[in-house]
Amino acid sequence: MALLHNLGTLLVLAGIGFFFAGTVGLLRFPDVYTRLHALSKADNLGLGLVCAGLALQAESLALGLKFVLIWVLVLLAGATATSLIARTALARGVRPWGV
Amino acid sequence: MLALAFDGVLALGLLAVAWQALHSADLFRAVISFMVFGVLMAVAWVRLQAPDIALAEAAISAGITGALLLSALGRLPSGGPRPPLRVGWQEVLVWGPLGALFVLALGITAVRLPAPGLGHEVHEALARAGAENPVTAVLMNIRALDTLLEVTILLLAVVVGWSFRSSVSAAAARVPSPALPALARLVFPVFLLAAGYLLWAGTHAPGGAFPAGAVIAAGGVLLLLAGAAPALENGPPLRWALASGVLAFLLVALGVMLAGQSFFSYPPAHARGLIAALEVAISLAIGFMLIALYVGGEPALRRRRWS
Repeated sequence: MALLHNLGTLLVLAGIGFFFAGTVGLLRFPDVYTRLHALSKADNLGLGLVCAGLALQAESLALGLKFVLIWVLVLLAGATATSLIARTALARGVRPWGV
Repeated sequence: MLALAFDGVLALGLLAVAWQALHSADLFRAVISFMVFGVLMAVAWVRLQAPDIALAEAAISAGITGALLLSALGRLPSGGPRPPLRVGWQEVLVWGPLGALFVLALGITAVRLPAPGLGHEVHEALARAGAENPVTAVLMNIRALDTLLEVTILLLAVVVGWSFRSSVSAAAARVPSPALPALARLVFPVFLLAAGYLLWAGTHAPGGAFPAGAVIAAGGVLLLLAGAAPALENGPPLRWALASGVLAFLLVALGVMLAGQSFFSYPPAHARGLIAALEVAISLAIGFMLIALYVGGEPALRRRRWS
């Protein structure tokens, strides 16, 4: 059990790293498309690692599967929202950086 | 120590977002700040160990009210940025002392409140109330009359909204991406699942009809917004669904009188079943009423199928 617990902690810490990098990218990248790119890394991979880590530490299988469900739902919502924002920006004539 | 730091950051964040919502020159930014305020407020309620209020706050304040404000914003004529709010010294002179007095009065009241409240009495009555969760017992049994009036007020709001105008039929909302209606259809069953869970959990844990209704409404609004569902049709089904909460309440409240009880006093043997039936009816009614409020006006009459 202790091994699983430590592995979970490791995964959560790795996830936090992705969230940190994504936030830095959101603040520092030059235009909306590159910012979306940074954000999706945090949302998809960062949250996936955090959820996987918490699922390893979960007391029951049902609880662990709920963490996985949360990740899947955020994946779907995040992908849709990202494509909506990017398509709207493109339709309004926002030029990608450097093009 | 860590908890105290978290609460401090939360309190400061609440104040900052509230200031943003009131003072932002951009109305869109103000609305988003209001929604963020709702989410932070829900976290604050969790920290105050009131998960019931947190659920309602997140669903109603951040979700439904945010959607209402955004749709109102879409119908406003798009003028330039509003002029920044100027606060003169007269205002500070008047409202500063008044505000300080108000906060002082609130603090004194909070200190002077009777310490245990009515929690003990409620726990005494739980065995006969038909619900292990004290909040549900109070809402659905002990103070069911208050809940009846709340649901009635919501219905009244819908009626008043319908009497003002007919809804703008958002026929086939222009959607910039086919992913949005697909997502709305994909996650709507999850909304229903969450609402059912909240209903089921309400008897013994935080949950119940109000959060469940708000979740149903959020799913419905998402379907309408994404263009994944046809517009609401004004006909007997919709009207019965809107009235079902008030009707179910009155039916139960008057029905127990036939059994020799007084108005709204359930026989303890049947309290659990009655509360469960009421919760289902009320959550459906709340869901439809909130969607109707979002649509904002009387929907177009249903087309007759045989014409």
